[in-house]
Amino acid sequence: MSTQIETKETEDEEIEEQSPGERRREIKRQRAENRAKRVEAELDEAEQTRRLKVFRYDPEVEGKEEPRFDDFIVPFHKGMTILDALIYARDHYDSSLTFRHSCRQAVCGSDALFINGKQRLGCKTQVGDLEDPIRIEPLPHQDVVKDLVVDMEHFYDQMHAVEPFFDPDETPDGELEEQRQTPENREYVKMATRCIWCGACMSSCNIAAGDNEYLGPAAINKAYRFAMDEREGENRKQERLRIIEQEHGVWRCQTQFSCTEVCPKDIPLTEHIQELKREAVKNNLKFW
Amino acid sequence: MSQAYDRGTVEDFGRWREFSAGMWAWIFHKFTGWVLVGYLFTHIAVLSTATGGAELYTGTLQGLEALLVVRFLEIGLLAVAVFHILNGIRLLFVDLGFGLDQQDRSFYASLVLTGAIVVASVPTFLGGKFL
Repeated sequence: MSTQIETKETEDEEIEEQSPGERRREIKRQRAENRAKRVEAELDEAEQTRRLKVFRYDPEVEGKEEPRFDDFIVPFHKGMTILDALIYARDHYDSSLTFRHSCRQAVCGSDALFINGKQRLGCKTQVGDLEDPIRIEPLPHQDVVKDLVVDMEHFYDQMHAVEPFFDPDETPDGELEEQRQTPENREYVKMATRCIWCGACMSSCNIAAGDNEYLGPAAINKAYRFAMDEREGENRKQERLRIIEQEHGVWRCQTQFSCTEVCPKDIPLTEHIQELKREAVKNNLKFW
Repeated sequence: MSQAYDRGTVEDFGRWREFSAGMWAWIFHKFTGWVLVGYLFTHIAVLSTATGGAELYTGTLQGLEALLVVRFLEIGLLAVAVFHILNGIRLLFVDLGFGLDQQDRSFYASLVLTGAIVVASVPTFLGGKFL
């Protein structure tokens, strides 16, 4: 930013000949040049550089409607995540490179990407663990809006279909009384509560890819989290089981374990789906 | 989900190198299942010759067993059946909720066991042809 005063001076000198648009473009060009020089210096300084192959697609811009891959060389430093690398590429090479990110610490679930053939969180994946070139694509089985951004609407629809909120049959008498859960029960649903709605599991699921109505691992896991919560009561549990045991509910799972493999929060999704299958069977078994 | 354009090999079988153990188990189980269904029809066809008399049946079987390719097909059939049984047991445990964290190892175990049984069966199936 030390160059700022300098540019102002040149602006003043040329103020008669240059139109405001020209001036703006001139500043932009200079800034781009400076950035290019800085990138060059940083790449020279870095002990190691890595190559990103990033999926690009923009249906709204002429010439970008055809999907393609862009290469970005980024300086590597220890501890660098895929998200760091993408941010570097966006800030130094192409500001139109689009991807979702927010918390940068695997909590918000915004940056699930298809990295080197696997669904992973960009912020949780170390560049150092991957082989060059690092291929970064948007999540498969979801429509691409632009570059690495996919349409999550269908995923959210499935999540909402299982009514993902705490809804007990009875509330305590006292107005502000807590609804306590036993430590054992809390432990039982602990892993299921960790879902961050990133959509990696849904994208990895072969069944969900072919069957649009299938609830998918994330939604079923959500249903599990509440169906197994003892505070909700028997009536609510029956309603929840009715949702998950529909034709496109738990029974579509064919235990390929893809979701469990890719879950960034290590939720045993297949285990939860299987348990709900057993719950549904037990619920419908009649011995008279 | 419908794709607005062709995303190439993103989501097809061309990515088989990236498949995990559970995925392979599923593919093999499907494949062996279909092979067994197909075999059922030839099995019925061969056994039905018994309705045409004992001699026809014996003749058919002897004729088939005389062909080297049939001997190899039999080894293949055993491999397919053994894998399907072993992986079926694995799936039973998965359904009952036992050892889901070991599902990849149990898949590899069923593969290794299938291989061992098939190799051990080779002398029996090829008996009289080479030995």
